[in-house]
Amino acid sequence: MPDFSDIFEVLLLQNYNTRLVVLSTTLLGIAAGLVGSFLLLRKRSLMGDALSHATLPGIAIAFAVMVSFGGEGKSLPALLLGATISGVAGIATMLLIRNTTKLRDDVAMGFVLSVFFGVGVASLRMVQDIPGASAAGLESFIYGKTAAMVASDFLLIALVAGAASLLSLLFLKEFLILCFDDGYAASQGWPTLFLDILLLGLVTAVTVIGLQAVGLILVIAFLITPPTAARFWTQRLLPMLLISAFIGGVSGWLGASLSALTPQLPAGAVIVLVAAVLFLVSLFFAPERGVLPRFLNQAALRRKEDRQHFLRAAYEIVEEQASGGSVANRSFPFEALLAKRSWSPHQLRRILRVARREDHLEPTPPGRLRLSEPGFGEAARVTRNHRLWETYLIQYADVAPSHVDRDADMVEHILGAELVRELEAKLVGALPDLSVPPSPHPFPSPSA
Amino acid sequence: MHTESLSGQAVFPAKHTEPRPEHPPEVPLAIHDLTVAYHRKPVLWDIELNIPEGKLVGIVGPNGAGKSTLLKACLDLVPRTSGWAHIYGVPYRKARHRVAYVPQRESVDWDFPVNALDVVAMGAYRRLGWFRRVNKTETKRAMEALDQVGIAHLAHRQISQLSGGQQQRVFLARALMQDADLYLMDEPFAAVDAATEQAIVDLLRRLSGEGKTCLVVHHDLATVTSYFDWIVLINMRIVAAGPTAETFSRENLQKTYGGKLSLLEKAAEALRSTPR
Repeated sequence: MPDFSDIFEVLLLQNYNTRLVVLSTTLLGIAAGLVGSFLLLRKRSLMGDALSHATLPGIAIAFAVMVSFGGEGKSLPALLLGATISGVAGIATMLLIRNTTKLRDDVAMGFVLSVFFGVGVASLRMVQDIPGASAAGLESFIYGKTAAMVASDFLLIALVAGAASLLSLLFLKEFLILCFDDGYAASQGWPTLFLDILLLGLVTAVTVIGLQAVGLILVIAFLITPPTAARFWTQRLLPMLLISAFIGGVSGWLGASLSALTPQLPAGAVIVLVAAVLFLVSLFFAPERGVLPRFLNQAALRRKEDRQHFLRAAYEIVEEQASGGSVANRSFPFEALLAKRSWSPHQLRRILRVARREDHLEPTPPGRLRLSEPGFGEAARVTRNHRLWETYLIQYADVAPSHVDRDADMVEHILGAELVRELEAKLVGALPDLSVPPSPHPFPSPSA
Repeated sequence: MHTESLSGQAVFPAKHTEPRPEHPPEVPLAIHDLTVAYHRKPVLWDIELNIPEGKLVGIVGPNGAGKSTLLKACLDLVPRTSGWAHIYGVPYRKARHRVAYVPQRESVDWDFPVNALDVVAMGAYRRLGWFRRVNKTETKRAMEALDQVGIAHLAHRQISQLSGGQQQRVFLARALMQDADLYLMDEPFAAVDAATEQAIVDLLRRLSGEGKTCLVVHHDLATVTSYFDWIVLINMRIVAAGPTAETFSRENLQKTYGGKLSLLEKAAEALRSTPR
């Protein structure tokens, strides 16, 4: 178990052995977050998956070629070049299948993914039997491994990640119109084919430099998880890109650090797990689209509706008892309230408990209810808004009066003060008296 | 009722790169011998069409008649098997700045991280060119375009939170941004509310009053006579094209919708109910 000083050393990049690795996965995460956003919005995630699996044969073949030329065989740039070539070949095969046969896209992708990966695994096994060459460590490209890294390798990864990040921000507007509406983009003269190739090129670049740390199976998760998580926090593209880059960067930094501290954990898995945790946090808690804030909003609206229904029902009972005279607060039986709306006794008791807590009800003997003074004032206000809204609907919106009550019910709960003033201004001729106006439609008396 | 085209319209210099320009350069859209095929199955056959300037033109035909494909073929969005389509006397690639396209609303994913203003601003992307971001001038123009379609107050709303009619208005505002002379619209009236339908009709009338030409793919036979000056009846081939009063006849509709009885009955009903 690593102690605290080890943890801080790794996280703060003070440990020489892990500094380059952690820095490279952080930069990689930023690039993946940016490029992955467009991949996600272009709805090409599966293509990215096929691409990454198709890189494996290239790694094995590049190794074999280097060994046969008398090299040591493990030069990272050469291996990544091989990965790029076979990844592009995989995509080309896929496009060929799609354009020459009637097979669907997902079939073509599945075919390329599995066949290329199979070829890769087989050729990896074969190059390990080459006498005199040590292919050990090549399989780390499958699951990812934070091995020690030489400065030139780091430079390559940092350069490619930086370039991919810059390009995706530079082409922000062009990628946006491509992803949102490619037909319209083409009609405006944007070279959509070139933009698609450029986007796929950026995806290829990020995938290839991610192979060593994250591994080809998980690199797609590194591309897709950060933007998916970011989408929960915002409704605009630029904030989404920046949040996605941040989530990707943090995943790369934390994931590689944790993996360096516990060497038995493969880096790719830890990085992707960190990203997944950030995704779950976003899914549940992001204020813009998260599950929990949405649920709380709905619950708050339901409570507000319940309270307003209760207050209006209570006011109408008191009003009926006044039978045309001035409406004054007075007590009424629980049953009268129960009959007012289609609520169950259990539901109504729960609503009444809330009303007591909010001081809308006075203490009364069991079976009787009486609004408090503030409760009565609030009830008059709620009823007045409801009737203003109903009158407006009848006068201006050609709604059959029999349907008004239900529609008014839905909207009135969200009427703001400004809208209420607007309603008053509109209806000032119809309702000179701005106290609670009489109900514009007869409602059946429950006692009758 | 329709407005005559304005004369004195700036005429784009006609540089013909292809032979046989059998039409004067002021024809907004001239199509000759156009055939389009998907997977060797023809969708459009031998289309000959000259759309007059300043008219509000409806393209009417049954499902799968190639109405959308006709627009896309004019915009170089689908490959042509033969023939050509000229915009103001030149191929589309030379006349892009004079054409605005309104795709079908269902053609895009509305749960996209942009607001209404962002989408409308896309109408300025061509003007802005590579890499330049939407600036203040274009943002102001986008707001004006939204105002023209009556939803300026929704500018900052995410587009999935707009109603279908409002989404359609966003698309129209984006086309207005292009300040074009020829508008190609793919079913702008599909599944919109009555208020939006009226707003779109008003907008189309205003555009044609300014001498602009609008080509509108349309489904509802009942409104054809009241909306359009000119119609194109199409079912893989052009069945008839001309001023609505002469072209929208029972006989032509029968040719267009031949065999589809329920539709024919609807068309007959539409004919009976519209004053001619």
